[in-house]
Amino acid sequence: MKTIYSIMKREMNGYFGSPVAYVFIVIFLILCGFFTFQFGDFYNSNDASLRTFFVWHPWLYLFLIPAVAMRMWAEERRTRTIELLLTLPVTLPQAILGKFLAGWLFIGIALLLTFPMVITVCYLGDPDIGQIVAGYIGSFLLAGCYLSVGSFASSLTRNQVVAFIICLVICLFFVVAGWAPVTDALASSVPLSVANFIASLSFMYRFDSVQRGVIDTRDLIYYASVITFMLAASSVVLTSRKAS
Amino acid sequence: MIQVQHLIKLFGSFRAVDDVTFEVREGEVLGFLGPNGAGKSTTMRMLTGFFPPTSGTAKINGFDIIKDPLEAKRQIGYLPENAPVYPDMTVEGYLKFIAEVRGFSGQELKKKVARAVEICSLEKVLPQTVDTLSKGYKQRVCFAQAILPDPPILILDEPTDGLDPNQKFEVRRMISSMAENKCVILSTHILEEVDAVCTRAIIISNGKIVANGSPEELKRRSSLYEAVTVSLDNVPKDEALNALSALANVERVEILKETPEALVLRALPAGGSVIAPAVAEEIRRRGWRSTQFHVEEGRLDEVFRNITRQ
Repeated sequence: MKTIYSIMKREMNGYFGSPVAYVFIVIFLILCGFFTFQFGDFYNSNDASLRTFFVWHPWLYLFLIPAVAMRMWAEERRTRTIELLLTLPVTLPQAILGKFLAGWLFIGIALLLTFPMVITVCYLGDPDIGQIVAGYIGSFLLAGCYLSVGSFASSLTRNQVVAFIICLVICLFFVVAGWAPVTDALASSVPLSVANFIASLSFMYRFDSVQRGVIDTRDLIYYASVITFMLAASSVVLTSRKAS
Repeated sequence: MIQVQHLIKLFGSFRAVDDVTFEVREGEVLGFLGPNGAGKSTTMRMLTGFFPPTSGTAKINGFDIIKDPLEAKRQIGYLPENAPVYPDMTVEGYLKFIAEVRGFSGQELKKKVARAVEICSLEKVLPQTVDTLSKGYKQRVCFAQAILPDPPILILDEPTDGLDPNQKFEVRRMISSMAENKCVILSTHILEEVDAVCTRAIIISNGKIVANGSPEELKRRSSLYEAVTVSLDNVPKDEALNALSALANVERVEILKETPEALVLRALPAGGSVIAPAVAEEIRRRGWRSTQFHVEEGRLDEVFRNITRQ
């Protein structure tokens, strides 16, 4: 536990010691605001909720989280620091978890910095606080899924750009699998049960249900299993390829 | 302290390490010699738990690297090849991180870091980030990391690679000063280093151990061992050659240098026998003037080449 914490702390310092962190946070906040107010038509919706804010998160994360995750393992392998890290009294799962938690916490901080949105809706109307909290929790869990995919993508290669693209493509699949235009197309070409199964794998499917303000155990299990699966996959890849 | 038993590592069908067995005891500094790609680093990476052996195992201070990898890793301070240190961390931050992962905290952590900094003379660069450091300093930071927990076993992969002569001297001094109550394995392809710091050397070639002994024992395998080099003033070449060749146990005599005044000859013994007294006696008896008289200890580089070239 202490080992995981030490690794996590080092990674956190790594984020904030480089411009990546600040660029990420600033871009994330600007885009959140831009999409909510310009495309989401926040004011005209006449609705004191953060629905128009959260609805963009899966798309923002699609580009921003691969950027956070790409260096996680690719850089360790490129600079060969992985050899030193894994010959310390550290197990591979501890290292993977430490890095993952650092990234997740970092994104959590960025997410918390969107608090002016909450203040805005509270000022303008009388929003359902429960729904907002659920929205944040859902968004945070979604970010964890993207990040775990990023961990896996980053373990595959020594090149950060390649890691970024692999992560983006996998996440894109998970997003569009539940996107209305895709699910409609699928429903008309394959049996409904198959179409439903594919849609149920999607991030969007789960994200929508949490955005309605209900955190269902099934959704939690889904998020937890995606993260666990992706981190385990990182571990398998790193075990076989860490030396190359 | 280290028992290596039948260690084998395959990469695909390539046998990188092929049935390596050896032992290292406390107080020993074992030099791991071999051409590039012979399997030195691969062996070290298995001992340090970076990757598991295909078969075979090793005991590190009693802990099996396969059954008890975490405890085995705790016994080892490891300096990997090319000193991979996180480039964006400061030296101080990095050493603190290592100390934390090694399970130290509070006052003890501070003490351990301070001790490593002192041994490796890193006081001046503490606040600098690693990527601003010269190669020598980087190597020292990585060395500091390895000795920080004061582990009973040090495994150093090419610790002096890429350093200038002064830095090499410094690193060797640090190794020697710490060797007393530890067990050190270091790999190198600089043969003088073996002479300078190692109590024993293992030569590895194509994944196999081809020689294992003290530097003196290895040198004895050299054809130059106990050879005598003499420089003679104003002695006719043929006379000198014939006289020395005629001595008992002298296999042949070769001319190393020939100028009108001086003649430098080397007499090679048959089968490592001692010929120096006989040569000296012959020179005295004939009343030659000798300005140089040198008995060879044998050359590691020659032994190394003979063993690893097959």
